[in-house]
Amino acid sequence: MLEVRDLRKSFDGFQAVGGVSLTVPERSISAIIGPNGAGKTTLFNLITGHLRPDSGAVVFKGRDVTGIAPHDLCRLGMGRSFQRTNIFPRLTVFQNIQAAFLSHRGRGWNLLTPVERLYAEETETLLEAVGLLDKAGEVSGFLSHGNQKQLELGIALALEPEILLLDEPTAGMSAAETRESIKLIERLGRERNLTLLFTEHDMEVVFSIAHRITVLHQGKVIADGRPEAVRCDPEVRRVYLGEWH
Amino acid sequence: MITRPPWALLLLIAALFVPALGSRFYTFLANDVVIWALFATSLNLLVGYTGLVSFGHAAYFGIGAYTAGILMKQVGVPFLLAFPAAGLMAAGFAAVFGFFCVRLTRIYFAMLTLAFAQIVWAICFKWNEVTGGEQGMPEIPYPDFAWAERVAAALPFLGSYRTSEYFYFLTLVLVGLCLWILRRIVGSPFGRMLTTIRENPERAEFIGVNVRRYELAAFVLAGAFAGLAGGLFGIFNRGVFPDFAYWTKSAEVLIMTLLGGMGTFFGPALGALVLLWLNQQILSHTQYWPAILGAILIVLLFVFPGGIAGATLALARRLGWRSARA
Repeated sequence: MLEVRDLRKSFDGFQAVGGVSLTVPERSISAIIGPNGAGKTTLFNLITGHLRPDSGAVVFKGRDVTGIAPHDLCRLGMGRSFQRTNIFPRLTVFQNIQAAFLSHRGRGWNLLTPVERLYAEETETLLEAVGLLDKAGEVSGFLSHGNQKQLELGIALALEPEILLLDEPTAGMSAAETRESIKLIERLGRERNLTLLFTEHDMEVVFSIAHRITVLHQGKVIADGRPEAVRCDPEVRRVYLGEWH
Repeated sequence: MITRPPWALLLLIAALFVPALGSRFYTFLANDVVIWALFATSLNLLVGYTGLVSFGHAAYFGIGAYTAGILMKQVGVPFLLAFPAAGLMAAGFAAVFGFFCVRLTRIYFAMLTLAFAQIVWAICFKWNEVTGGEQGMPEIPYPDFAWAERVAAALPFLGSYRTSEYFYFLTLVLVGLCLWILRRIVGSPFGRMLTTIRENPERAEFIGVNVRRYELAAFVLAGAFAGLAGGLFGIFNRGVFPDFAYWTKSAEVLIMTLLGGMGTFFGPALGALVLLWLNQQILSHTQYWPAILGAILIVLLFVFPGGIAGATLALARRLGWRSARA
């Protein structure tokens, strides 16, 4: 589904990502973990076209998509949620999701049809799936942090992605919120046959749902494989010494 | 579903009675307000809906005014063709300037719009053969209203009007039409895409919005409607002058937009009304109009960031008038 080949990126001489390769099989759940500053978000930005790599390639569905603009990648079926909550704060919850439908289905250049009821049914169905239907009319910027994360997931799903990249989907959540949102992500992924790739710092979350784990450290892959194998890897243990057992 | 009274249409009909009921001066003031209302609303497509602050919107107003003026005075083209030409010419220039402007963001975008506007002003100021240079181009003819006079003669109950009053009616209808189109645009899927760019350009990009292309389209549309307003203004003003494109005009229209409230569709038009009316009232009492304008701005920025329309809506909501919405 997604293949990353020897991706490199430096900022002012600092090597943030130094030759990362990884493969994400179709319909799998893969996680990228690593200490702060390991290059997880940079790697995500390289994959999703926000940053252009210095070298290396991103291959998505057999097609080289290295350096393609985000709005084009998104049409090819790559969805993404962000680490910092990234919504349209002064639009209502309904309008947030509806905008994603309008854009994705190519209706954005329609200048004369009233927008109110377009894709209303699809929007409401999706709001129900992410558990926000009762908040449809609220201004999204006033939602709780957990709800905003749900909304972001909804926006990403409105684009009907085949692969969904989630950057720390549970960042800033309480333990209870984290469990809820992980259950939600897992369920939606199963129902919609999604391939999921996510970064996460909560180890419990990672080992509970990931099929494959890639460990980044200082911009390089130090371990890659099934959760059990990664858990026992001596190098990983050294990097994370004291963080988990 | 509750149908709201068509306020805009009622207001338009009421405005038709200004010449019959008010003095010549009020017709003049109303005509001024109507044209500036279109100019300010066109700017709001950028500032309020797309989140792009232009400091050079007067460029397109000036280009529209010169286009209509030159065509009508030098070439003898009828108004019916000169008016759309003003919009098209302004849109053309907006497409070229906008192509560069949307490549920049925030203050750099604003500065570049200002730079292009100053170039337009300088050309209008110096190109004597075409624009009349510093002296401008006086005596732009009115559109031909012979047909309207014949209608008035045939239907005596309508009364008879001066040419300037016929022009006021024409302005009212054309601006009403333009505002209706603009209203449709901001209420369309395209308009919604513009608001996603205002709210969060990075996220907009990742729901598949080609941000630059949409920004350019908004820029061209805003320029076109500013050009139409300019075309009307040159005739109304009985002459076209370089200061139409000067930065102070850009500032004035931006202040109207903020004063009225950029968060609502009719806010900028309201701002045009209030600012021009205040200007007339205060000028007859004091010469310190710019100082008072400054004071108004300060109060506005600190106390009513949503402008007059925003403050009114907030008050209406607080009073529990639930249907109040932007």
